[in-house]
Amino acid sequence: MIAVMAPGVLAPGVVGQGGMPWGLLPLAAVNWHAAFFMLFAALACACAVAVVLADNVVRMAFYLVLSLGATAGLFFLAGAEFIGAMQLMIYVGGTLVLLVFGVMLTAQAPFVAIKPSSGDKVLAGMVGAALLAVLLQAAFRVEAWRRPSVAAPVAAAPSATPLGMALLGIRVDEPPSGAVGTRGGYLLPFEIVSVHLLVVLVGAAYLARAKRRRTPRSIDAAASAVSVQERPAGPAGVPLASGGRR
Amino acid sequence: MNQAIFAGFVTAGWGPTFAAGFLSAPVGVAHYLVVGAVLFTAGVVCMVVKRNALGVLMGIELVLNGANVNFVAFASPDLRGGGTPALGLDGQAIALFVILLAAAEAAVALAITLNFYNNHATVDVDRADELKG
Repeated sequence: MIAVMAPGVLAPGVVGQGGMPWGLLPLAAVNWHAAFFMLFAALACACAVAVVLADNVVRMAFYLVLSLGATAGLFFLAGAEFIGAMQLMIYVGGTLVLLVFGVMLTAQAPFVAIKPSSGDKVLAGMVGAALLAVLLQAAFRVEAWRRPSVAAPVAAAPSATPLGMALLGIRVDEPPSGAVGTRGGYLLPFEIVSVHLLVVLVGAAYLARAKRRRTPRSIDAAASAVSVQERPAGPAGVPLASGGRR
Repeated sequence: MNQAIFAGFVTAGWGPTFAAGFLSAPVGVAHYLVVGAVLFTAGVVCMVVKRNALGVLMGIELVLNGANVNFVAFASPDLRGGGTPALGLDGQAIALFVILLAAAEAAVALAITLNFYNNHATVDVDRADELKG
């Protein structure tokens, strides 16, 4: 897809050979919204497929960063500036850092590349192709979804005020045409998500805490990495646990 | 079904007149749905295929992200024609909640993975079979 779109971007004057009247207008006729959409969409899709195809977990994390960043660009193009910024800050800046820390903490040599069996790959490829065919068919089913009313979205002044007020329970955005009745805000989901995040963070800190072993060896200040390896199996039959180094 | 997909690609500007239609065709909801479908499918396959627990986590992130693309696309009133109403602010709020819940999910799942790694010295999900009857 990139190879096909590259000539159109780099040399738009060649494009008009298909009977298009704007062949003599090289750059003025380019729909830049569509061009940047194609760029970000190709990046997001290619990196998502690369996540699946890569076996090394470190490279998977890198491709995932690229894919999520390109998706943030798609959000910007769709007029959701605040969501795009949150995608960059929370997803790319927070969740992915968490994942990379997980990769670093568990990236011992035999686990960096765990290859699935080839039978699983073939089966998953068939299921994935079938799912993709169904989803693509559904995507192109509705006529109004294919042909937007405007060539490019109107660049309104980006503001997070409607979303912020809606999270506090007050709707200041204009209702869509034909809407009847009152529209509620999101105060209750906001509170639920807040408490949910608090509970989740406490639970995650509890689950991932460093276990304190009440054996004299772990209290010993000389419990270095060498002595950890010499130590016999722990009480749960664990040969070597990274938490035991503390 | 294949003809429907092909006709969809042609009308979306991705057909034989690709180079001509690519830069002139405006982007609609269907384009975003294609991106969301690819992300979703890649995430599902990643969740199924990967044996590394962190690979499964990355697949979950991709799935949630594909759904988010759809929500944001349906929220925009400029991406569709025919005067059909858009989701508006509802879509953006749902996308925001999905991002927050994905962060929470990643934190807990990573803690579980680290706990499993501390207890079993591996991140291979096929080795987590102690609850098998």
